[in-house]
Amino acid sequence: MSRLSIETSTPLCLLQDAGRFGVRHLGVTQGGAADWRSMSWANWLLGNALDAPVIEITLGGFSVLAEEDCVLALGGADLGAKIDGEALAPWRSFRLHKGQRLQFTQPLLGARAYLAAPGGFDAPQVLGSRATVVREELGGQDGMGRPLTQGRSLSYSGSSLMLLRELPADQRPDLNLAAPLDLVLGAQIGEFSGQSLFDAFNSVWTLDSRADRMGIRLLGTALEYQGKPMISEGIPLGAVQVPPDGQPIVLLNDRQTIGGYPRLGALTPLALARLAQCLPGSKVRLKPVVQEVAHREQVEYLRRFLDR
Amino acid sequence: MSAPDTTAIPFTVNRPLLTRSAGRIMKLRVEVVALDCLMVRLFDEIAEANMPWLLAASESLRAAFAGHLIDLVPSYTTIMVHYDLTALSPAQARELIAEALIDLSPNARTPGKCHVLPVWYDLSVGPELSLLARRSGLAVDEVIRRHSEHEYQVFALGFAPGFAFMGLVEEALAAPRLGTPRKKVAAGSVGIAERQTAAYPVVSPGGWNLIGRTPAKLFDRERDGYSLMQPGDTVRYEAVSHAEFINLGGDDTPLEAQA
Repeated sequence: MSRLSIETSTPLCLLQDAGRFGVRHLGVTQGGAADWRSMSWANWLLGNALDAPVIEITLGGFSVLAEEDCVLALGGADLGAKIDGEALAPWRSFRLHKGQRLQFTQPLLGARAYLAAPGGFDAPQVLGSRATVVREELGGQDGMGRPLTQGRSLSYSGSSLMLLRELPADQRPDLNLAAPLDLVLGAQIGEFSGQSLFDAFNSVWTLDSRADRMGIRLLGTALEYQGKPMISEGIPLGAVQVPPDGQPIVLLNDRQTIGGYPRLGALTPLALARLAQCLPGSKVRLKPVVQEVAHREQVEYLRRFLDR
Repeated sequence: MSAPDTTAIPFTVNRPLLTRSAGRIMKLRVEVVALDCLMVRLFDEIAEANMPWLLAASESLRAAFAGHLIDLVPSYTTIMVHYDLTALSPAQARELIAEALIDLSPNARTPGKCHVLPVWYDLSVGPELSLLARRSGLAVDEVIRRHSEHEYQVFALGFAPGFAFMGLVEEALAAPRLGTPRKKVAAGSVGIAERQTAAYPVVSPGGWNLIGRTPAKLFDRERDGYSLMQPGDTVRYEAVSHAEFINLGGDDTPLEAQA
């Protein structure tokens, strides 16, 4: 067993995996890494299961000291990571020797970095997952949903005798990509006014600072729903709901399980992975896509993790 | 902008799937909600009579999707099916739904459990008792009697783990949510919103009209099934004295003191 001791942390530094499944009918949220793609690549670099528990570091403010020699991997945002002051770029595995300090300072590109360890970081399984959901007091290092805190230590049990790897440049997710976010059209799409449908897909949306792991609000032209009030129903990951003020909210991993606002549809997993890396104030566009096409794209993307 | 192109799939958003069950024809609609989620819409209104159908449909969908099911999220009138996109295409998922729901029968399943939830109805833990009394023109004791007289259906779980939406509360006791939700509602708090009633499993923000508190543990990760209540169960509230409430492990800290 190898250990890292946490020297600094924030409430936005959380142990995550792919999420908690099979219990949503009990009102338990999905949770899990907000950028599943970066988490998967970080794990892939170490030969882990793609959903092995990782540390999700949002915006920085996290540092650890190695109590033993370790091999770790980093995916996702460039949060100005440094090993004893020396810059460490993401998308690679690296050695951290006993006594060395790994530090995440500030967002240089993207918002969320994923730190992986051989076999995944140790944590108790709670309702089938290690994902930390603070609101529900589930998961995380102590199983009680608490964020990572200074003074605690992180351990992992996998073997770290392996070659270092780097994700080939052509495989690295482009966190700067300006392409619109794909949205699978949902059933209420026809209940929005014609003007609103035009606006939804032809205007620029600004990410509000009111954003957390439950959802991100998009600011722009108010959208008008003309249908009947809805009865609460299940809401999927990435749902773009439109409350009465007309400002859409993209629902993320820690969303409530059911809700009653009309929806334009839901972002695709790849669009969500990109959105999770956008800082407040970023501009995004939405693009409609049909379910079958989005499904094919996702299946093709998932093959990349198997091919190499 | 038009609705999604669904011509290649067996039935569409607007073309209902008909299922003949016990001599009654139900209109089911299957709607796209996300890349790997479909919504099965069975009803347009909340009604206690929906429950046997929703439960039968849930059971049938679970069996049909088996290992390819990631989550099933039933609610008042719908069931959201989240399936494994690496195993099924949207068209295959729709076929499974159609197969699962043909000849659906609401009688095929065993009824849900009946729970009795002890409640200490008191103004210190249920400050809206007086508001509900004023609105209805009933005495506080009569509000309590009427709330605890009815056997409620659990329609859906959501909002928080183990939070069960139950109904229907009689019209006289119905009241809209508070204009400003409380930042902190104590665990076990029993409340009313419109014609629904519920108990908060853990401390959380909330806008329901609070009328009392139950000592029952509503969500327990050590319990088989985790949640005390499941959709389709029935619940009766039983008024208990302060002494009984404390004996059962209740926390009588007044709401204000916790805020």
